[in-house]
Amino acid sequence: MVKAVDRTKVPWWVSNAIVPLVNLTLAFIVSGLFIFIAGANPYQALKLILYGSFGYLEGFGYTLYYATNFIFTGLAFAIAFHCRLFNIGGEGQAYIGGLGVFLLAFYFSALPVPIVWLLAILASMLFGAAWAFIPGYLQAYRGSHVVITTIMFNFIASALMVFLLVDVIRDRRQMGPTTEPLINEQWLPMFKDIAAYFGFKVGYSPLNISFLLAILVSFGVWFLIWRTKWGYEMRAVGHNTQAAIYAGISPKKNIILAMVISGALAGMLGVNEVLGVHHKILVNFPAGYGFTGIAVALMGRNHPIGIFLASLLFGMLYQGGSEVTFDMPNITRYMFVAVQGVIILFSGALENLFRPQIEYFFVNTLQQKTTT
Amino acid sequence: MLDRMISQPILELQNVNKSFGHVQANKNISLKVNKGDIHGIIGENGAGKSTLMSIVYGLYQADSGNIKINDKLIEIKSPHESILRGIGMVHQHFMLVENFTVVENIILGFEGEFVFGEKLNQAKENLTKLCEEYNLKIDLNATISDLSVGFRQRVEILKALYRGAEILILDEPTGVLTPQEVDELFKILRSLKEQGKTIILITHKLNEIMALTDKVTVMRQGKIVGDKNIKDTTKDQLAEMMVGRSVLLRIDKGKPNIIDKRKPNIEDTIFEVKNINVKDNLDVMRVKNVSFELREGEILGVAGVTGNGQTELLEALSGIRQVDSGEIKLFGNTISSKDIFVGPRQLRELDVAHVPEDRQRMGLVTEFNASENLIFGYHHQQPFSKSSVMMGKNIYNYSKKIMHEYDVRPQSPFLQTSNFSGGNQQKIILSRELNKDPKVLLVGQPTRGVDIGAIEFIHQRIIDMRNKGVAVLLVSVELDEILSLADRIVVMFDGELVGERVNENVTDREIGLLMAGITN
Repeated sequence: MVKAVDRTKVPWWVSNAIVPLVNLTLAFIVSGLFIFIAGANPYQALKLILYGSFGYLEGFGYTLYYATNFIFTGLAFAIAFHCRLFNIGGEGQAYIGGLGVFLLAFYFSALPVPIVWLLAILASMLFGAAWAFIPGYLQAYRGSHVVITTIMFNFIASALMVFLLVDVIRDRRQMGPTTEPLINEQWLPMFKDIAAYFGFKVGYSPLNISFLLAILVSFGVWFLIWRTKWGYEMRAVGHNTQAAIYAGISPKKNIILAMVISGALAGMLGVNEVLGVHHKILVNFPAGYGFTGIAVALMGRNHPIGIFLASLLFGMLYQGGSEVTFDMPNITRYMFVAVQGVIILFSGALENLFRPQIEYFFVNTLQQKTTT
Repeated sequence: MLDRMISQPILELQNVNKSFGHVQANKNISLKVNKGDIHGIIGENGAGKSTLMSIVYGLYQADSGNIKINDKLIEIKSPHESILRGIGMVHQHFMLVENFTVVENIILGFEGEFVFGEKLNQAKENLTKLCEEYNLKIDLNATISDLSVGFRQRVEILKALYRGAEILILDEPTGVLTPQEVDELFKILRSLKEQGKTIILITHKLNEIMALTDKVTVMRQGKIVGDKNIKDTTKDQLAEMMVGRSVLLRIDKGKPNIIDKRKPNIEDTIFEVKNINVKDNLDVMRVKNVSFELREGEILGVAGVTGNGQTELLEALSGIRQVDSGEIKLFGNTISSKDIFVGPRQLRELDVAHVPEDRQRMGLVTEFNASENLIFGYHHQQPFSKSSVMMGKNIYNYSKKIMHEYDVRPQSPFLQTSNFSGGNQQKIILSRELNKDPKVLLVGQPTRGVDIGAIEFIHQRIIDMRNKGVAVLLVSVELDEILSLADRIVVMFDGELVGERVNENVTDREIGLLMAGITN
């Protein structure tokens, strides 16, 4: 049996880098086993994943495009979590956020494009925030648990959007339930176009400047959580509601605030998807990013840097995974759902499986070094 | 009689060591407990008493060392084994199922049959005999939730005896009892001793050691610093051994700046509480028709056994809880009534400081670092934040300064608060609340779980505030603390104020009776 170590002596990089890396490695080994059982070569598969996601520019573009979505939904989950709220409703908030983007861009197309972009971003935040406000309010003032209500609001969002897409804002010339496309001028600049402007020829990938927005927002979230009074109060409420009341911090106000900001962040997924890639609303365009964002946030320890790295990892799995399923007939795309599951299992549920051993090892070896 | 004089040790520990990480909780402990003795183990909080007894009871395993019972080397790997070897333990927090009867609780885990019948009746018979033998008055068919704390403790003792305990370990047994209940407990323990049982009493209260035990072992920082026969020692000597230097047991308060004999007049009344009723979260009326005044430059002590409404009273005064009826006036303005409610933030602006009863549940966010806790409740004020942005540098400098002034150790503003010891956590709260020059100080259990060195420091600070003219309301379940600090004492029982005394020639007996609700 390994003895518990004094947690204050464990260097930050052990608990924040080494432990996650070990967990990730284990997850990959187990996933490799799955792939082997399915009758394919795990090493080949790994090579394909890495090449497919980082090996060439178009693939890398896809990886970053997926990562953009994960950053938005991951940050959304994280900020609510700092107030100890499980916002499971990122999916619905993103969906409604997309509606906000479309409505603004479509009905205010006469405005100058940069202003449309700015207002569309604000609209995505406003719509997502509004959708999260209701569960937040119900939690704060009525005690309805936010996990239950946000799940319900995902379904309501889905039903509402189908209704709108079928009966209200549908493009009548199309068979499927989609909106009319936005005018070309409003489309967010693609990475390939920007590269072309500077004279580089790059193939198509959906990567657009929303990625930069995501990085900007990551910094903003970091600042909000750790450098503002709002973040301080939200964290206080999250860690110890009793103490917050004692200090004159209103839990009700902060629960609503955290949910509203969370919804606003999730809503920004609509900027990437609607204004950046599809240029219209497709049925169910959030496609599970809202849910995967939960895993991303947990894996990234609810810190913007961690979320960025976890987003890259999941972007890699999405993009590399699709390449693998393309090239290796034994591996279906469901295999990669399983791989994601294994990663979430090892870095989430089993996060502390090897932590004591690793911490013990490092604390002891470090000590020996300093004593000799 | 003679054979008791040369009695064999029933329990012997040899060179027992136990570490948690880098903290060595027990260092080379060797200890003999004689059969038929009441053996006290005394030491400050964190001295390693409870750890040592948990090793004997099998909750922890020693890293090295031997345990002998009746001169036989044994290994105890679990509480189950220690029960089989005749060791029983009564924990600080009772391990009873509230909605079970006394009998059901006692046979729990030893039921012996699938459908209750014969064996249950047998158990009842045996228990009745045991109760008679040891003079324990318990209704075996009563439900635990109907019993008072003192009775629950008796159930725990009976449970240990029923399981064949020869050695009974009691961990801080008097913490939750009224002085009268303590007397009853001591009677029971003495009669157990007469029947030949061995009792180990863990406590940090010197009075109990002097009153009850035959031998005492003093522990400090995980080590044994001495064994004494009670006949051969004094309270002062034991206190000195515990702390490692001589301690002033009663503090010299000095004269307050405002003369005590003044007639109360409306101007220097700070808090005026009129007929307030306060409910708790479960809608139970906890404070009933309470009225009093708190004046400048005095310490008003609120005595009482835990759970008699002091918590809710403190919460009502500090703006955490609205009164159900009646009113509270601060500087002549109503701050809480059925229609008016002023919250903690505004009260802080009115110079009301509050050191809450439960520091970890209310006074601190233990996940925050020290500097974040040092501004807690004042974080929205300059210079800690400006237009909603936290001023990291100002907070850091302030924390450094204040941690130095109040001798918070270690002086690391970025260390997570849960890594500070209880006494230092309390200093963090105290420094935060006192440093803002309050006019009113509401203090709850200021020294609970704090070691003696820090107790002295904290008491001195509270008295300094009073001498500066601050109105201090002190809620404490430690009668000694109230008696040594307060100028005026009120006693709470079952939500009501049952007595008020000026703290001159008041005996702890007198207050103790009031705490038990006996007012005649």
